Amino acid sequence: MKKLKTHFAFLDEGSKKEIRRATLKAVAIPGYQVPFASREMPIGRGWGTGGLQLTLSLVGKEDVLKVIDQGADESVNAVSIKKLVHSTTNVELTEATEDATLIQSRHRIPEIPLTKDQILVLQVPMPEPLRTYEKKEYITKMLHAEKEYSGIWLMLFEQIMKYGRTSTDADHPVLVNERYVMAPSPIPRFDNPKMHHSEALILLGAGREKKIYAVPPYTDVASLAFDDYVFQKEDFSGEACHLCGATDVFLDELVDDHTGKTIYQCNDTSYCVDRLNKLEQEEVSTVDA
Amino acid sequence: MMLEEPILSVKNLSKQFGDGCRRCSDPSTRDLIKNYCPSCGMVFACRDISLDLYPGEILGVVGESGSGKSSLMKCLYFDSDVTSGELYLQDEEFYGQNLWTLSAQKKRYIRNHKYGMVYQNPVHGLKMDFTSIGNIAEKLIAAGNRNVDNMKMVGEKLLDTVHIPLFRMKEEPRNFSGGMQQRVQIAKALSNNPPVLFLDEVTTGLDLSVQADVLDLIKRIQREFGISMIVVSHDLAVIRMLADRTIVMLNGEVIENGLTDQILEDPIHPYTQTLVYSLL
Ligand SMILES: Nc1ncnc2c1ncn2[C@@H]1O[C@H](COP(=O)(O)OP(=O)(O)OP(=O)(O)O)[C@@H](O)[C@H]1O
Ligand SMILES: [Mg+2]
Ligand SMILES: [Zn+2]
Repeated sequence: MKKLKTHFAFLDEGSKKEIRRATLKAVAIPGYQVPFASREMPIGRGWGTGGLQLTLSLVGKEDVLKVIDQGADESVNAVSIKKLVHSTTNVELTEATEDATLIQSRHRIPEIPLTKDQILVLQVPMPEPLRTYEKKEYITKMLHAEKEYSGIWLMLFEQIMKYGRTSTDADHPVLVNERYVMAPSPIPRFDNPKMHHSEALILLGAGREKKIYAVPPYTDVASLAFDDYVFQKEDFSGEACHLCGATDVFLDELVDDHTGKTIYQCNDTSYCVDRLNKLEQEEVSTVDA
Repeated sequence: MMLEEPILSVKNLSKQFGDGCRRCSDPSTRDLIKNYCPSCGMVFACRDISLDLYPGEILGVVGESGSGKSSLMKCLYFDSDVTSGELYLQDEEFYGQNLWTLSAQKKRYIRNHKYGMVYQNPVHGLKMDFTSIGNIAEKLIAAGNRNVDNMKMVGEKLLDTVHIPLFRMKEEPRNFSGGMQQRVQIAKALSNNPPVLFLDEVTTGLDLSVQADVLDLIKRIQREFGISMIVVSHDLAVIRMLADRTIVMLNGEVIENGLTDQILEDPIHPYTQTLVYSLL
């Protein structure tokens, strides 16, 4: 085993404690943004330093870590986070969602339903759902305290006036535990319902904005929608992944280099690979028989 | 009319800016320059103001710049805290309760459900980079409406009432002229059918012809909706046109109070006399 020169999980114990305290508070008040003293990280700000600090404060020797960036395990960003955590902890890494105990993700929730034995850490660039409506932090804090959310509804109303529907392709605001309106991080609307009564604890970390918030297991999470304009996920009906054939998943739109036609592919690459492997096994076993 | 119960009643409102000093906290040694204590810099913006607003009437508030008119309006609308005083609204829910002692949420509720406000500067009343229809919807949303088509319908009707062409409803007020902005503000203020409407210098800074338009609109609204209004202006001509009764303010105090016609015909206080004679 390689000798570890730095602190276990990079951060010193004092920092980890402070982050864990903020995390506990966040779990106790679902959807409420808890401030914390965000540290400088050896990756660029805006590249998941909030999520990374959560991961580092949580990771133990027995953990199995998965890191995904917009559905892909192999992106440069995901790989550099994995390297940093691994080099300071030696924890096992995986790409298989069901094998992971700790999953750090940027802008996606995996397709396989998460379990009570897993924690999902989401990276957040902008934790304040009211920010575009109100610039001043002390006012948005007051609005949350008074549960005064007209501003966020007005934003949605404006989108409907301009585009005929709500145009939040990602980060569509949710009401958590019937109390706090929360930015779910820039996950597609497709993933919002996965937060509702999630078995896994979901933690959200914003490094630059110095905020941690949480959706504890089995918490009510409702995507905001007017009575006469219901919340809708991205619609992929009639389309399937051109590799694995999956239908009820979030699909990326690609253009086929050869035919010039639009094709669809699973955005969650590990889910896609997993399905392909299983399909292959089935084929092999039928040939053997 | 005077036999009715007032819909809104102010008792002994004081609003001060500053902490005060020994000299100015004691009325017998108080030696102010206008509304201002020269030894400590305290401003007595409103001093012991009492007034009643009766159902369906327009009450005018007139006075020179700095006399405390906007301070009074901001206190009534809960934009700023009062130093002391009582405010009562004739309303089942809040009957007999001094509104100034209520929680922030309750005050917000009253603003959203019982009040409309039109500010002197449209920047304070409108979100300049939101659509005009969205600005009206904001007040409806705040009052709990969650039905887009219903809010759009209400907004369209109000924009029509204030003569904003419907094809411009999705434009931002920042693209509008001053008169149009004031009319959008009025539409917004009316959106939740408030029993009480406050208008602070709504025609100041507008061209004369545009001023006449907006004043007509206010008159028409009073006739059609029967809303009780407090109209503030430093311009006695505006007050003469709109107000049934008038109070005259000077240095934070009410110095004269009565039927508008009477005040114009027979002003009692020397300051009111100068004001009236300069109008003639
Ligand atoms: N935030 C503040 N801090 C200190 N003094 C203030 C503040 N706001 C208003 N004042 C003072 O209170 C007094 C009353 O001001 P107010 O704005 O109510 O006058 P007004 O009658 O509305 O005048 P105008 O006709 O110019 O609008 C003035 O002397 C003003 O300088
Ligand atoms: Mg004023
Ligand atoms: Zn003084």
